[in-house]
Amino acid sequence: MKTVIAENLVKTYNKGNVKALDGLSLDVEEGTVLSVLGPNGAGKTTTVRILATLLTPNSGHASVAGIDVIKHPERVREVIGLSGQYAAVDETLTGWDNLVMFGRLYHLNKNAAVKRADELLEQFSLTESAKRPIKTYSGGMRRRLDLAASLIVKPKVLFLDEPTTGLDPRGRQEMWGVIEELVKGGVTLLLTTQYLEEADQLADDIVVIDHGKVIARGTSDALKKEVGGERLEVVVAQGDISKTLEIVGRISGNKATLDEGLRKISAPVSTGSMALMEVLRSMDSEGIHALDVGLKRPSLDDVFMSLTGHAAEVEEVKS
Amino acid sequence: MNAVMDSLVITKRQLLQLARVPEVLIFSTIQPVMFVLLFRYVFGGSIETGQPGGYVQLLMPGIFVQTVAFTLAATASGLAEDMKKGLIDRFRSLPISRSALIVGRTLGDSLLNIVVLAVMGIAGYIVGWRPTSGVFSIILAFLFLLFFGYALSWVGIYIGLSARDARVVQNVSFLVTFPLTFLSNAFAPTTGMPRPLQYVAEWNPVSTMVAACRQLFGLENEFGATAGSFPSENPLTMSLIYMAIIMIIFVPMSVKKYKNASN
Repeated sequence: MKTVIAENLVKTYNKGNVKALDGLSLDVEEGTVLSVLGPNGAGKTTTVRILATLLTPNSGHASVAGIDVIKHPERVREVIGLSGQYAAVDETLTGWDNLVMFGRLYHLNKNAAVKRADELLEQFSLTESAKRPIKTYSGGMRRRLDLAASLIVKPKVLFLDEPTTGLDPRGRQEMWGVIEELVKGGVTLLLTTQYLEEADQLADDIVVIDHGKVIARGTSDALKKEVGGERLEVVVAQGDISKTLEIVGRISGNKATLDEGLRKISAPVSTGSMALMEVLRSMDSEGIHALDVGLKRPSLDDVFMSLTGHAAEVEEVKS
Repeated sequence: MNAVMDSLVITKRQLLQLARVPEVLIFSTIQPVMFVLLFRYVFGGSIETGQPGGYVQLLMPGIFVQTVAFTLAATASGLAEDMKKGLIDRFRSLPISRSALIVGRTLGDSLLNIVVLAVMGIAGYIVGWRPTSGVFSIILAFLFLLFFGYALSWVGIYIGLSARDARVVQNVSFLVTFPLTFLSNAFAPTTGMPRPLQYVAEWNPVSTMVAACRQLFGLENEFGATAGSFPSENPLTMSLIYMAIIMIIFVPMSVKKYKNASN
């Protein structure tokens, strides 16, 4: 069953001058994770905001858990959780205050709200900081609390809009751990990200969007295959470059390319480690020493590059 | 029923904020008290009132009205802060009544006004303010003040939702409240102003509110250019009309603005 469906969403801003979404369609199978991957301004946040009932599209249809997002937004809000790019919690209040407040707003009675707040704080390793104002929290703790706030009534569908943007590597790892736990619990998750490895790590399916449209869809492996198989890469000393180019070209059966600065020679190969062994043997018999050698599977960066013709514009991480 | 409960949760949130950061409450009471002292002792000596009990009798209603008028700025900047932090989006994604957040905030700001007015009343009493009317009239005057603050709070909601930056909200709020409170009879009699200005000042809702409170505290009102006109004869009614007009215009406008907050 498709738990989230978006069909031909169009959204313009500034009286039609800025087209944020240009006929975007996607769907998420129940109990799976879909990652919406794209650079800044591709339309990721707009998509999430429409699905979470915060924005109305100019045209198109969307439904969440079988409920029409445009016709019955109030019913959609009962089954979703949303956690955005910024930790949307009251900073002057404590973590506990926030969760109890949100629990009350989900119409839990006082005792149930308190009980749920305690559970969530425990689940997200925030019990010790429960009675401290949020403004004393680290970036990672804020995000975890924000995520906890979106899980108060165990939503059917969870939207996470760039959940790790701005976090340091450790915070990101922690967040990934938390999200993976949730996914094991069976939530249907739509996650946007501009980090390719994040999509790789967390998602069952990935849609790549650019300029408000889906430009590719598939599993991470399928998308990588689309770009091509493995590449053999070998780094050699300056004097050995021309001979190595010849060897790699001959064995791979493809034209070998040279990155002069790195003295790195590479070529697509279809036989993987066989080709690697053969290249090394030939180099050895010629007396060439490989400084570095390896087989590289294409990264999602490469996927993005080959799909859009431009690199994913990952913003500098701001704290 | 849920809509009321939701609003009250938001109101409670504001009270919790005050409990967590008591400085906010302290400074929002110190400022009006400081105004009372400054005006009472700086201008009090040089303004001839002919009023028994002196300038402080005229001043207190003026300062009460000015203080509740500034609720507009408090509401606006509080809301702008929530907008900036993305809290508004979270609230809008919850299954709660759409107006709960803004209704809750206006109520919270009015509760704060109760505390502030009480402290000011005590400070006024200490420096010689003695209302001569009965208890009922005095309570009615404070209710008027609270409602006036509540009505202006809705203007604050609209400003808070409209501006893109919290600093702009500050500026716009002051641009509205300063002329409104000073171009009035709150601190000095309008009769000293140039005649065309007297019309503006005396029709100003702040002036009718001040006049209404003075009347309720047992004072005579003095009008210049508009003496004998409807607002000068019926400041209570006129104030009520103004509050109704403000609410009729700004409640629907604010609710609509809030619904489309991110479109």
